[in-house]
Amino acid sequence: MKLGTQPALFAYTGGKPFDPAKPCFVFLHGAQHDHSVWILQSRYLAHHGYSVLTFDLPGHGASDGPALTSVEEIAAGVAAALAPLALDAVLLVGHSMGSLIALELARGIDAGVAGVALLATAAPMRVADALLDATRAAPDAAMQMINLWSHRAGIAPFAARPGNPGPGFNIVWSNLRLMQRIAQRNGAHVLANDFAACNNYRAGLEAAHALRAPALLVLGSADQMTPPRAAADLIAAIAQPKTVVTLAGTGHALMAENPDGVRAALLQFAQRVFASKPAVAMA
Amino acid sequence: MTAPRYPGFDTLALHAGQRPDPVTGARAVPIYASASFCFDDSDHAAALFNMERAGHVYSRISNPTVAVLEERVAALEQGVGAIATASGQAALHLALVTLMGAGAHVVASRALYGGSHNLLAYTLRRFGIETTFVNPRALDEWRAAIRPNTRLLFGETLGNPGLDVLDIPRVAALAHEHLLPLLVDATFTTPYLVQPFAHGADLIFHSATKFLGGHGVAIGGVLVDGGTFDWVGSDKFATLSAPYEGFHGMNFSEESTVAPFLLRARREGLRDFGACMSAHTAFLILQGLETLPLRMARHVENTRKVVAYLAAHAQVASIQYPELPDHPDHALAAALLPRGCGAVFSFNLKGARAAGRKFVESLQVFSHLANVGDAKSLVIHPASTTHFRVPDHELAAAGITQGMIRLSIGLEDVDDLIDDLARALKAAQKTS
Repeated sequence: MKLGTQPALFAYTGGKPFDPAKPCFVFLHGAQHDHSVWILQSRYLAHHGYSVLTFDLPGHGASDGPALTSVEEIAAGVAAALAPLALDAVLLVGHSMGSLIALELARGIDAGVAGVALLATAAPMRVADALLDATRAAPDAAMQMINLWSHRAGIAPFAARPGNPGPGFNIVWSNLRLMQRIAQRNGAHVLANDFAACNNYRAGLEAAHALRAPALLVLGSADQMTPPRAAADLIAAIAQPKTVVTLAGTGHALMAENPDGVRAALLQFAQRVFASKPAVAMA
Repeated sequence: MTAPRYPGFDTLALHAGQRPDPVTGARAVPIYASASFCFDDSDHAAALFNMERAGHVYSRISNPTVAVLEERVAALEQGVGAIATASGQAALHLALVTLMGAGAHVVASRALYGGSHNLLAYTLRRFGIETTFVNPRALDEWRAAIRPNTRLLFGETLGNPGLDVLDIPRVAALAHEHLLPLLVDATFTTPYLVQPFAHGADLIFHSATKFLGGHGVAIGGVLVDGGTFDWVGSDKFATLSAPYEGFHGMNFSEESTVAPFLLRARREGLRDFGACMSAHTAFLILQGLETLPLRMARHVENTRKVVAYLAAHAQVASIQYPELPDHPDHALAAALLPRGCGAVFSFNLKGARAAGRKFVESLQVFSHLANVGDAKSLVIHPASTTHFRVPDHELAAAGITQGMIRLSIGLEDVDDLIDDLARALKAAQKTS
């Protein structure tokens, strides 16, 4: 479905019509990605009593508009798309760049925030100058580097289990093709925009401290982009109840490398934070 | 610290798709000879059926042993995924019926394997899918054949049996100019010799019976999706970009940005047509795949020596191998196939048809049979076997003569192969 007008954003609803009466997940992808990185988690939750809005961020995938250049602008775009729905409470879930957007969104939307789940995260999320330069000057090579660092090192990601989105798929080349597709469809500048937005966002710790809802942090023990130690300051800044789940042997691409681990962590968190508005029993 | 890099081709050929069995510690890929797989509970069952969780339900749709093969070939081809099928023919059929139905049209190279030609020229025409065959070297013919209802361009990396080298970059560019995908049969080359996705192809299939397995003990195919084609942007593939009533209104392009083709091929094509690969077959093909790099290098090394011998032999009228300077695709082959042009080629004997028959029957090391890509050397006479249903004028158009002999060079000591050929050539000479 498309939400909002300036820009209109595409949101995957999990293979079911969106129902605003159900407790709602809002999924926010990372740099040079789109909604499809969340497919197993969002489809499962949509069929287990929740509503899901799995966004393509502005200028990504099927969403309109240019790719925005700051986390604040992206969060404002998502907030504008959500506003007409007048949701009671949402659970914001963000991966990597999306986790920064979730932090910023948590203090910028009218809807109540039941919880915030931050996956593969760090604040600040500094990007090496060499990589930032590469995203501008040599985006194809930069995507190859990013793809390598997005997965656990070595051969393991070439035998990911249980597979994503199912058996027979290769998560490493799928991630590369997705980044290439975003570049092809939305423009070569998106990569540089996204990584600069991550690098330039300075309000992460402040936003984390300002959270008014419980937080879940899902980290990958083998994450080469945002290793668990990089989340330490962020975890410390969160004053609300917080849960840290570290998935063993999992790299930055948590949802693809360990779809069941991510799903289980999100489901458990949702059951807790939506306790006053439980999931609707499956029809 | 070394710079980050992907595992190399040889490593992927051995390890991709598999890690030691977590329960038993088995290092080799176990054969999961099980038709179906237990659910943890009712919710797990429903989630698997509805694509909410990844896993195995029933071996017609997916199987743990078969998935290793699929993921290994996908890793080697740099594809987003793969589906293993009962045969190479089944892989081609699965690709076609996932993309199109009655009223659609294919533009295909004229230099195809006879089985592919039969499927396109006769069988699918009965189901309303038409094919125009073109000279694979003539880009203008490809272009002129494209119609509004065309849904696919299709060729072989090395045409069978004339070894026409498909100009993948140019044919792919033409296809993409018309918002169409290019499907490539890469059976003769394998990912060791060329990776068609890197040159612009969108879909690849293999007869895994040939070089991927390499031992000639199992029939199988593999269909690989490069994840490169924009099915939504093309607006010609409603099967991939519109809700599918046959799977609860699923829109495969929403489920996967880069792999809607594979999702539909598995969830509809394998489910409904059922041409799946067995776990036993996948295991056998995996045994061969582990040594693909070593075997292909030796295949090419032996082939070059045999080609050189035959090219200089007085009884040989002509020989078609793209590494020879007089082959029409010599320059293209050098660009696309720097590691070699495979181990299957054809040549024409001097003399009448009887000479060819005598030659084939006189060989001792070479086996006379209908297959290629075996570790053992093979020989066949295409006009009377693989292409016997093809009319004479179409044979001629495909560059196949009555006296053509096709060889598949194996891994034997090359001196023994050359001695065998020498004896047979001498015997054939006596008939003229």
